[in-house]
Amino acid sequence: MADKNKFNWEDPFLFEQQLTDEEKMIRDSANAYCQSALQPRVRDAFRKEYTDPAIFTEMGELGLLGVTVPEEYGGVGASYVSYGLVAREVERVDSGYRSMMSVQSSLVMYPIYAYGSEEQRKKYLPKLATGEYIGCFGLTEPDAGSDPGGMKTKATKVDGGYVINGAKMWISNSPIADVFVVWAKSDAHDGKIRGFILEKGMKGLSAPKIEGKLSLRASITGEIVMDNVEVPEDALLPNAEGLSGPFGCLNRARYGIAWGVMGAAEACWHAARQYGLDRKQFNRPLANNQLYQAKLTEMMTEITLGLQACLRVGRLFDEHNMAPEMISLIKRNNCGKALNIARMARDMHGGNGISDEFPVMRHMVNLETVNTYEGAYDVHTLILGRAQTGLQAFF
Amino acid sequence: MKILVPVKRVIDYNVKVRVKTDETGVDLANVKMSMNPFCEIAVEEAVRLKEKGIATEVVAVSIGVTPAQETLRTALAMGADRAILLTTDVDPEPLAVAKLLKAVFEEEKPDAVIMGKQAIDGDNNATGQMLAALLDLPQATFASEVVVEGGKAKVTREVDGGLQTLEVALPAIITVDLRLNEPRFASLPNIMKAKKKPIDIKEASAYGVDLAPHLKVTKVTEPPKRSAGIKVESVGELVAKLKDAGVI
Repeated sequence: MADKNKFNWEDPFLFEQQLTDEEKMIRDSANAYCQSALQPRVRDAFRKEYTDPAIFTEMGELGLLGVTVPEEYGGVGASYVSYGLVAREVERVDSGYRSMMSVQSSLVMYPIYAYGSEEQRKKYLPKLATGEYIGCFGLTEPDAGSDPGGMKTKATKVDGGYVINGAKMWISNSPIADVFVVWAKSDAHDGKIRGFILEKGMKGLSAPKIEGKLSLRASITGEIVMDNVEVPEDALLPNAEGLSGPFGCLNRARYGIAWGVMGAAEACWHAARQYGLDRKQFNRPLANNQLYQAKLTEMMTEITLGLQACLRVGRLFDEHNMAPEMISLIKRNNCGKALNIARMARDMHGGNGISDEFPVMRHMVNLETVNTYEGAYDVHTLILGRAQTGLQAFF
Repeated sequence: MKILVPVKRVIDYNVKVRVKTDETGVDLANVKMSMNPFCEIAVEEAVRLKEKGIATEVVAVSIGVTPAQETLRTALAMGADRAILLTTDVDPEPLAVAKLLKAVFEEEKPDAVIMGKQAIDGDNNATGQMLAALLDLPQATFASEVVVEGGKAKVTREVDGGLQTLEVALPAIITVDLRLNEPRFASLPNIMKAKKKPIDIKEASAYGVDLAPHLKVTKVTEPPKRSAGIKVESVGELVAKLKDAGVI
C-alpha cells in the first residue's frame, strides 16, 4: 500500500469517503436540483426581493421537506447526516432558500411530528411534505428575542378551545404561510409555554410582511399578529410544555444551519479562488499574491474543519447521542467562520464583489442574518460558557 | 414488456479529468464517479415506458468493479425494478461487454435493450451495435424519439442530413442520443426505496467470456494547450498574415 495520497484541494480530508452510498445519492440529487433550478433564479429573486412559493412544491416533489420525518407521514425517514447534506447544497445557492426549507422541516414538521397528536400529524404532515402547505414558526416577539421566556403572547382558555393574543416578529415564510406553529403562555397550564397550530384565514390572524430587509431577500419574512384568535381545543400541541418544546425544534434547525453555512462558505471560497486565478493585475493573477493565498488557505482550513465537525455531530445525532451544546458549538463556530469567509471573499473580489453578478456579497449579507438568528453567536457563547463552568451569565 | 438497460460507472462529467504522470491513463484516485450520462437517458426512457404502462419491468445491468453497485442504485432510485452486477476488476472492452450482455440477454429474455450510444470515458460507440450483431437482432442507434407499439419500435435517429425514422421488430437493441429526454433527479423517497430493491451480484468470469483486453493503450496525453493569438496593427498586416497562413 502506498502511504501517500494526492491532495484534493476541494476535499482535503476526503470527506466524501465518510459518506454512505445513500447519503451521496441524496446529496447528488439535492445538488442537481439546486444548481439547475435554484441557482439560475437567485440573482433576480434577491435583487427584486421576490419569494417564489413554487419552490416549496418543487422541493416537496424531490423530498427535500421533512427529510428526517418518517415515511408514513410523507417524509423521507433519512438520517440527520442526509438532512445536513441537503441543507449544505441548498445554502450553497442561498441562505434564504435554505431558511425556507429549514423552517418547513425543522420548525413546523418536526414539532407537529414530535409533539402533535396522531390526528394533527395526519392532518398536516403529508401536505407540508409535498409543499402544498407552507408552514411558519412563531416564537420570537418584538420584545422577546434571545429571552423567549419573556414572551407576552397569551392563550386564554374558553369553552371548547383557546383565545390567543399577541404578536410575533421576524417570522420566515409567515406572509405566505398556511400553517402557523405558535408558542404562547397558557393560563390553563399555569402560565407555561405551549404550542398551538393556527391556520391561515382564522379570524383575527394576520401576517404582514416586514419590508426593507437587506439580507435573505429571496426569503419572505413577516410578523404574526393575533388579535383574539379563537382556536379549537385540538389546535394545542399535546406533548410539549415549557421552553423545551421550541428548543427541541430549534436544535434541529440550528444543526441544519451549521451544515448550511458551510455550503455558503464553500460557494464564496470557490468563487474567490476562481476570481483570483482569472483576474490579472500587475501582469499576474491575483492568486499569485501571498495575501490572497493566505485568505484562500484560511477558507479551506475552516471549511474542512467545520464540515468534519458537522459530520461528527450528525453521526452522534443519528446514534441518539447528541447533546444540544454540541449543536451550539457547531452553529456558533460555523456561522462565525462562514461570515468571515464571505467578508474575505467579498474583499478579494475588489470592486466586482459589490455587484450581484458575483455571489459573494449576497452570501455575506445573508450570513449576517444566519449568524444572528436561531441563537445569536454570543448567546451560543454563553451556552457553552455555562456548560463548562456551571454558571449562567445570560443576565 | 421487459426492458434491459445496461449502465456504466464512469468519471463524473463535471470532473476535470487529469492524466496520470506516467501517461498510461487518467487518474481515478478519489475522483467522483457517476452513471454515464447516456446511460441515464436510457434508464429515463425505460422508466417512462413503464410509467406509460407499456413496459412492465425495467432491469438495469452493469459490468465492472464492486462499487458499480452505486451506479445501479442510482438506476433503481430513478425507477428500475431490479439490477444485476457482473463483477470484474478488468476494464472490459466493448466486445467483451457485448458478449456478457448477450449472456444476460439470453438469461433475462427482455423485449428490448435500451442503452446509451456510448460511454463518456472510452467514447467507443460500439457495444450496442456489437450486441445486436451477436444476438442477430435489429438495431436502432442514436435515438432521439422512441415509440413502442404492437411489438414494434419506431425510432427517430439523428443523422447528418436530418432525422431518419426506423421501425424495428422487437426484441431489438436501441441506443440513445442526448436529445431523447431529460433524465429526472432521483427523489429522496425513491432513493430510500431503492435500498430495498434487489441487486443480483455475479462474477463476470462465470460466463466464460474472454475479458482480457485485445487493444493496447500506448499513451494517454493532455490535449495540446491553445497558444495565445497575436495582435495586428492594420488591415494590410491582417491580410498579409492570412495569406501567409494560406487561408485566403
